[in-house]
Amino acid sequence: MRYKSKFSLYVMILVLIFLYLPLIIMAVNSFNSSRFGVDWNGFTFKWYLLLFKDYRMLQTLLRSLIIGSTAMVSSMILGTIAAFTIHHFRSKLQFFQLGVMYSQLGIPDVLMGISLLLFFILMNFKLGLFTIYIAHVTFCLGYVTLVVLGRLQDFDYSVVEAAKDLGAGWFVIFRKILIPFMMPGIIAGGLLAFTLSIDDFVITFFVTGPGSSTLPIYIYSMIKHGTPIIINALSVIFLVVTFILVFISQKLLVRGGNK
Amino acid sequence: MNKNKIVNNKIKISLGEIIVSIPPFGWMIIFFLIPAAIVITTSFKPAGIYGGVSPGWTLNNYKNLLDPSYLTVIWRTVWVSFFATALCLLVATPTAYYMSRLSPKWRQTMMFLIIVPFWTNFLVRIFAWKLFLNPEGIFQHILIKMGLASVNTMLLYNTGTVILVMIYTYIPFAILPIYAAAEKFDFNLIEAAHDLGAGRFRAFCKIFLPGISKGLKTAAFMVLIPCLGSYVIPDIVGGTGSDMIGNIIASRVFVARNIPMSATWSSLLILIVMLPLGMLLTVRILRQRKQLK
Repeated sequence: MRYKSKFSLYVMILVLIFLYLPLIIMAVNSFNSSRFGVDWNGFTFKWYLLLFKDYRMLQTLLRSLIIGSTAMVSSMILGTIAAFTIHHFRSKLQFFQLGVMYSQLGIPDVLMGISLLLFFILMNFKLGLFTIYIAHVTFCLGYVTLVVLGRLQDFDYSVVEAAKDLGAGWFVIFRKILIPFMMPGIIAGGLLAFTLSIDDFVITFFVTGPGSSTLPIYIYSMIKHGTPIIINALSVIFLVVTFILVFISQKLLVRGGNK
Repeated sequence: MNKNKIVNNKIKISLGEIIVSIPPFGWMIIFFLIPAAIVITTSFKPAGIYGGVSPGWTLNNYKNLLDPSYLTVIWRTVWVSFFATALCLLVATPTAYYMSRLSPKWRQTMMFLIIVPFWTNFLVRIFAWKLFLNPEGIFQHILIKMGLASVNTMLLYNTGTVILVMIYTYIPFAILPIYAAAEKFDFNLIEAAHDLGAGRFRAFCKIFLPGISKGLKTAAFMVLIPCLGSYVIPDIVGGTGSDMIGNIIASRVFVARNIPMSATWSSLLILIVMLPLGMLLTVRILRQRKQLK
């Protein structure tokens, strides 16, 4: 291990402090009885208790989970079909489709939000859960497609040729060969879609209607106008859940890589 | 193998292909391409009195953009984004360099530590900064004790804070591609440079940086594009003087109820986002032409 420079070590340590200091202070504060973090007024769980009594918060959480899971399943199905057609046909049409998927990933959230809002207004869609669902499938689709496509790149087509020679039809080929092969990609893409959906604020903010706010929208309104005390506790729960999920997925990835 | 190639490179598009492509591609056409086209068309429409769109065509919306206060917003969006991107790259490069020199076990730990904030809810991360820099928060308290700030110092609600939080939010986007490139870099080349008499800094600039240029480019785009489209960060930690194009798009539609003007700002943002991508493509095409000559 030569060529480790002291300078870059210091930069790396500073980056870590920079990344975690605000989060740690927030976490410590969530157990502080004083409203602001200047004085330590003793350890308390009262913010967490207040949080779990917040009926509206639980309602928005449930809504986020419903949208997240439906958008996940839809984008998994559509994304798998898209990845397969792009990989299999390789025509100009598919080249164009791939281009559309890429540009969807590159476009800023604000632009996707506003364009969908104008579209829904023009088409007389009632803004609400359904429009949020459509928006979420749209922004997840590109990610799922590219993840599954990445998996398909290693696919050996001679297996399909062999199956055909042995008399298998497309249905059997799909069920017995292609779907099982794509599965890790489909699951990884689905998890990504679920996280993106649960996390999204900007696009949802544009297409949401009265009485259909999701958890991020609720958090936003708390930050903007409401009671910022409970958000500490909520944020810490978020942080812990992310920490565990990333840890598990890293372990899974490492195990998959060793195989 | 050969047969496979011929089958896959066919130019004719079969009916079967079209039918299979319809669900995903049709979805993207209806909910992605058509809405984008609607935004661009609406930007040429006059605004109605009650928040609607009037018939007919106009260029007035674009003329409105030339208003000095609007030009300030456009300019701010551009410089803030480029500045934040440059700082991200400046900090991410040494970090990624050091990460790629660590032992595999430490590398994994570092990856984990970089990914966790990246997956944490966006609003939660911004809120953490709002809390941290709060006038009654601990950081200001320490600064006052050290004599670096007074009770009246405002750490929040200015353009500097917007840039700081932008760097915080997008620095994982910069570290990950640079690290991916640095991991594949052959460090024997640096050793060779040392043997030939190059100093540490010189070897870093002349050998390492060109070696990871692809990662640097990816990192720059991954940071620059979301920065240009920022909306939440200036909205929460920015002040009245730090609005960006994203904020104007939202306020035109939600506050002023002027849909065509909002569409015009969106079209401008599309143009600004496309500009660096277009530049990259032209440079690439020109280089290819040079090579052909």
